[in-house]
Amino acid sequence: MRPLRLVWIYPDLLSTYGDRGNVLVLERRARLRGIPVEIIEVNSDQQVPRDGDIYLMGGGEDLPQTLATRRLLADGGLHAAAERGAVVFAVCAGYQMMGVEFGGADDTPVQGLGLLDIRSGRGEQRAVGEIVADVDPGLNVGRLTGFENHQGVTRLGPGVRPLARTEVGTGNGDGTEGSYAGRVLGTYLHGPALVRNPNLADLLLFWAVGPLPPFPPEAEELAKRLRAERLAAAVPQ
Amino acid sequence: MDANTHHRTRLPIRAKLATTVGDAAASVSRLAGKGDGSVIGGRIGLRLEPDLLALLAAGRQVVLVTGTNGKTTTTRLITAALAPLGGQIASNIYGANMDAGAVSALSRTPDARIAVLETDEKYIPSMVRATGPRVVTLLNLSRDQMDRAAEIWLLARRWREALAAAPDCRVVANADDPLVAWAAGASRQVTWVAAGQAWREDSWCCPNCGAHLQRDGDDWSCRECGLRRPPVSWMLYDDEVIDPSGRSTPLELALPGRANRANAVVALAVAEAFGVRLAQALREIRDVTSVAGRYTQVSRRGVDIRLLLAKNPAGWLEALDVVAPAPAPVLLAVNAQGPDGRDTSWLWDVDFRRLRGRTVLVGGERRLDLAVRLEADEVQFRLVSTIDEAVDAVRTGSANLEVLANYTAFQQYRTALGRVQ
Repeated sequence: MRPLRLVWIYPDLLSTYGDRGNVLVLERRARLRGIPVEIIEVNSDQQVPRDGDIYLMGGGEDLPQTLATRRLLADGGLHAAAERGAVVFAVCAGYQMMGVEFGGADDTPVQGLGLLDIRSGRGEQRAVGEIVADVDPGLNVGRLTGFENHQGVTRLGPGVRPLARTEVGTGNGDGTEGSYAGRVLGTYLHGPALVRNPNLADLLLFWAVGPLPPFPPEAEELAKRLRAERLAAAVPQ
Repeated sequence: MDANTHHRTRLPIRAKLATTVGDAAASVSRLAGKGDGSVIGGRIGLRLEPDLLALLAAGRQVVLVTGTNGKTTTTRLITAALAPLGGQIASNIYGANMDAGAVSALSRTPDARIAVLETDEKYIPSMVRATGPRVVTLLNLSRDQMDRAAEIWLLARRWREALAAAPDCRVVANADDPLVAWAAGASRQVTWVAAGQAWREDSWCCPNCGAHLQRDGDDWSCRECGLRRPPVSWMLYDDEVIDPSGRSTPLELALPGRANRANAVVALAVAEAFGVRLAQALREIRDVTSVAGRYTQVSRRGVDIRLLLAKNPAGWLEALDVVAPAPAPVLLAVNAQGPDGRDTSWLWDVDFRRLRGRTVLVGGERRLDLAVRLEADEVQFRLVSTIDEAVDAVRTGSANLEVLANYTAFQQYRTALGRVQ
C-alpha cells in the first residue's frame, strides 16, 4: 500500500505551540487502521512537495507568518497540491495565511495564500483561553474543544463555510469558528488541535484516503477521557 | 537601630514610608502563611512610590539575570561566585522576579552593595532603566507559557533596544543561542559565553532577517544577512570550563546536568567582571547543592525522591537529560494553573520517546493531557493522583524515584514532602 504522505510545512517558521501534535495524531490514527504513513517535514529553505496527501500548517509570530507566506507564494507547491485536491489543515497563524489577506506586524495588510476566501485583521483584544465550538453538522465531527491564543478577527467570504459556531471563546470573532472550502480547512484552535478532536482528525484522513476501517476502542479511551474532561471544564454546566 | 532603619534615613521620606509599609505587609503575608511575602510587600511599596526601585538600587552594583530557563539557579550561582568580595549581597532568592520582588529584595538588605536580581524576561527594559545595572546576563530564549508571555522574537527585540540604550552596562550573553546573540549584539560591551543550546526549535531562522540559519555543531550563521555566532571568550566544554586565557578547569559541580554546567560558566564570567578569580568563584559555586527545593533528595517511606523542576519544552529537554538512567522510575507531573500557563500544548513539543521501556508514573492536575502525549510517543505509564501513590507504586522494586514536574505541580509535591529546601 502506498503510504499516506503527511507534509508538515515549515516547522522552522511555523511551530510555536506544539503543532507537532497534529502530525502525531494523524500518524497514530492512520497506523491504528493499518495505513502506513510517511512524514515529510519541509523547512523554509526547501521545496514543498506537490504529491502530499495532507498538508499541515501551524502557528507563528507576525514576522515568521509573513516570511512563510512570501515563501509559499514563491514556491507554488502547496497551491499545486491544493488544486489537485490534497487536504490542507491550518491552525492559528497558518489559518490566517490561507486567506486573501491578513494583518502582519503593526497590522499592515499582507497578501495571503488565497486558498480560503477569508480576510483577517487585528482585533481589539487578544483571545486567550479554552474554546468550544459546534461543528457544521454536515461534517459529522461534533464539538470542537481546544485552546486559542490570537488577536485575529476573520471575516468569511461567500467562498467558504464556517467550520463551527462558537460556544465558548472567540474564534473568528463573529460567533463562528474556522472555515473550510473543499478539502482546505482552517481553525483558530492552535497547536495540537487534533488531540482533543479525534473526529476532526478522522475527517481529514477520510478526505485523504476514503472510508476508514474501525480500530479497537481502547486505543482511544484516553483521548476520549481527556476530551470529556476539557469539555466539562470549559462549558458552564 | 537595626541596619534596615539605618539605610532608610538615607532614603527620601516617601520612599521610607513605602518600604516600611511594604515590609509590614510582607510580615503580615508571611504570618498568614501566604508565601514569603516578597511580592505583596514590594507591590505596596511601589504603589506608594513608583520610583522606589530606582531609589533602592541607587549606589549599588546590580546584576540582572534573565532568560527562559535557568534564571533562579544562575542567580544563586552568581551570588555564590561573588561571595569572595565580602559583604552582604541582595538577591530575590525566592524567585519573585518582577519589579515588586526586586523592591522587596533590595529593601530587606539595605546595606548590600551588590544586588543579583533574577528578572522576568518581560521586565528587562524597565529593570535596566530603573536599576542602571553593571551587568546584564542573558541565558537563553525559547517558547514558554505562551498564553501569558510575550512572543520570543518580540522579547528579543525589546532586550536589544533596552541594552543598546545602556552603554555602561556589560552584557554576559550566550553566543550559542541566536536570539540571545542578536539581542545582545547591539550592546557596546559583551562577554560572549559558549553555553550551548540543547533546544533549537525556536532558532532555526535568523532573528535579524528570518532566513533559515546554517548550523554546524554549535556554530550558526545566516547566509542572507551575515549575522553569525560571535567569537566567544568563555566556553563550556563537556564537564570543563575554558576561560578567556584558554585554560580549562573541571567544573565538578554538586548540581546535576548540562544546563547547570552552562549556568555555572555564565556565573564565572560574571564573577570575572567583578574581579573575582576563577578558582575562588568556582569553589563557592561547587558548594551550591540545591536551589529552592530543586535537585534536593528527600526520603519517603524508604524511597529516595529527587525533585526536578521544568516549565517549558526546553526545560523538559534539559531535565530529561538529568533524570537518572533506567531502571530508576520517573514520575512526571503537569498542572496548568496561572503560573504554569493554562495551555498544555507545549507538551507536544517535548520528545518523550527516550522514556520508552522505563517505569513511568504520570501525575498532576493535567495528567490526562500528559497521558495522551505519552501514548502518542509509545511510552508505557501508570496514572497516579498523589506522590504517595507514586511512592507506593515503586517502593517494592526501587530505592529511588525521579520526579519531574512543572511549576505548581512541583510546589504541590514539595509541600506534600514537607517543604524541602
